[in-house]
Amino acid sequence: MSLTRNQVEGIARLARLEITEAQMPVYVDRLSRIIDFVEQLAAAETADVEPMAHPLAQQVQRLRPDEVTETDQRDKYQHNAPSVAAGLYLVPKVIE
Amino acid sequence: MHTLTVSEMSAGLRARKFSSLELTLHLLGRIERLGPGLNAFVTVTADRALADARAADERNAKGDGGPLTGVPVAHKDIFCTDGILTTCASKMLSNFVAPYDATVVRKWRDAGTVLLGKTNMDEFAMGSSNETSFYGPVRNPWDQTRVPGGSSGGSAAAVAARLAPIASGTDTGGSIRQPAALTNLTGLKPTYGRVSRYGMIAFASSLDQAGVLARSAEDAALLLEAMAGFDPRDSTSVDTPVPRYTAELKQPLQGLRIGLIKEFFGEGLDPAVERCVREAIALLQREGAVVKDVSLPSLPLSVPTYYVVAPAECSSNLSRFDGVRFGHRCEQPKDLLDLYRRSRGEGFGEEVKRRIMTGTYVLSAGYYDAYYLKAQKCRALIAGDFARAFGEVDVVLSPTSPTAAFKLGAKTSDPIAMYLNDIYSIAANLAGLPGISIPCGFVNEAGTELPVGLQLVGPHFGESRLLSVSHQYQLRTEWHKRAPKGYA
Repeated sequence: MSLTRNQVEGIARLARLEITEAQMPVYVDRLSRIIDFVEQLAAAETADVEPMAHPLAQQVQRLRPDEVTETDQRDKYQHNAPSVAAGLYLVPKVIE
Repeated sequence: MHTLTVSEMSAGLRARKFSSLELTLHLLGRIERLGPGLNAFVTVTADRALADARAADERNAKGDGGPLTGVPVAHKDIFCTDGILTTCASKMLSNFVAPYDATVVRKWRDAGTVLLGKTNMDEFAMGSSNETSFYGPVRNPWDQTRVPGGSSGGSAAAVAARLAPIASGTDTGGSIRQPAALTNLTGLKPTYGRVSRYGMIAFASSLDQAGVLARSAEDAALLLEAMAGFDPRDSTSVDTPVPRYTAELKQPLQGLRIGLIKEFFGEGLDPAVERCVREAIALLQREGAVVKDVSLPSLPLSVPTYYVVAPAECSSNLSRFDGVRFGHRCEQPKDLLDLYRRSRGEGFGEEVKRRIMTGTYVLSAGYYDAYYLKAQKCRALIAGDFARAFGEVDVVLSPTSPTAAFKLGAKTSDPIAMYLNDIYSIAANLAGLPGISIPCGFVNEAGTELPVGLQLVGPHFGESRLLSVSHQYQLRTEWHKRAPKGYA
């Protein structure tokens, strides 16, 4: 097993995912298998290779004029929110 | 009427043989009767479809309709549709009503198409069998005990079963081509940047690309024409003219140089699938194509490279689902961290959580160089192999998938076995290249006839060639015309 339960719990914490006690062994097993599988990349000869982040290397980020193009649609967007009041998105108390 | 291709429907509408309303009612009836057994749709938009059809009929009556005015379509439920539920087949978005149209949706709508509904898919497009959907698996119309492929499995099943003449899909590692192969369809993934990603819910942004699942290359060309093009709202959209794909279908096979990817005709390939593909190659050769073997030695790295790059991008993209502004929120969160962890833990399915965690791990401090940077270098090797091959040949050819459709549940407990379904399709995404899968025969498994697809991959923006080769092949074969029993 390439990943320990401790490591998987740490990853879940970083990813902000709750994994139940019952599910944890399955995640440890399957994530380990995935990491073992991608481990084979280590054998590839890549000494002088430039990393490729994007399929169209020649493509440059475009800039646009600094003009207002979007109109206010707050009500429409807030329609999908789980909890709102007076135009604000509500979350549990953050500051004591 | 449901057996007509898009081109035939278009001609029929133009000649007033039937109205869009008649056509739409007929297909809605089929969806109601045959859709539930396949679980192909998440949402059927009947009212919208009838309104679209009436509007199309008015336009056509006035004579200002285009070739697609009144043609019914379905969209994969990954595309945002203004005012319509858009779930990405996830519990996370099971209550999400999109506040705007994706560019692909808007363009097809502007072309006058009629929206029949939103198709089922693997959750957040993560899967190769359509079994990770929150709404349950889609069944393959060729054999309901088998998967239709994924992630665009609902679109594939709907088009194969003649519930819709054509549907949109998205392809991050094979999600259009593999289901097309498993359901006897023509599935086109365009070049990265050819079709706008605006309003298409992101999985892996450097790999995702929208395309079509169609019953012929001609239909795919027609709909690609209507969806491709520059979009300022997608920062990776490429500003290059859209060819008249339909006008270029006549390019002859004579002199076409085809490279057979040596690495994709080896171990793991079902011999019966290989026989179908070899027969198709022989036909292309008889018609004047020049065939040779080409070696792309880095291609065996595709699957492991993808399973670092795609989860890394997914873990970043899916961080937006936090239970605050939209999507699922857990009951009674005790603090903000609890809100995040339980909303995400409950809202995402197992495969999605696994990929977010894989991505989080490969991007984390101390592992970035070993996994993510290494995978980006392997990606460059793979892209370099294709670039060299296209110095010698016009297109490369391989099977689309190593086997025909497999049984539901056969691979759900082994993520690696599932990932290896996409062994022949993933490389094109890593290199950003266009690819197409076309029907090329059938294999017999325990008395059941199952379709087989072959894949063509071309250089960047080489869609015209892929479509013309496919069209020329389809003029000489009947495979793509076969319908599954009970759906003809």
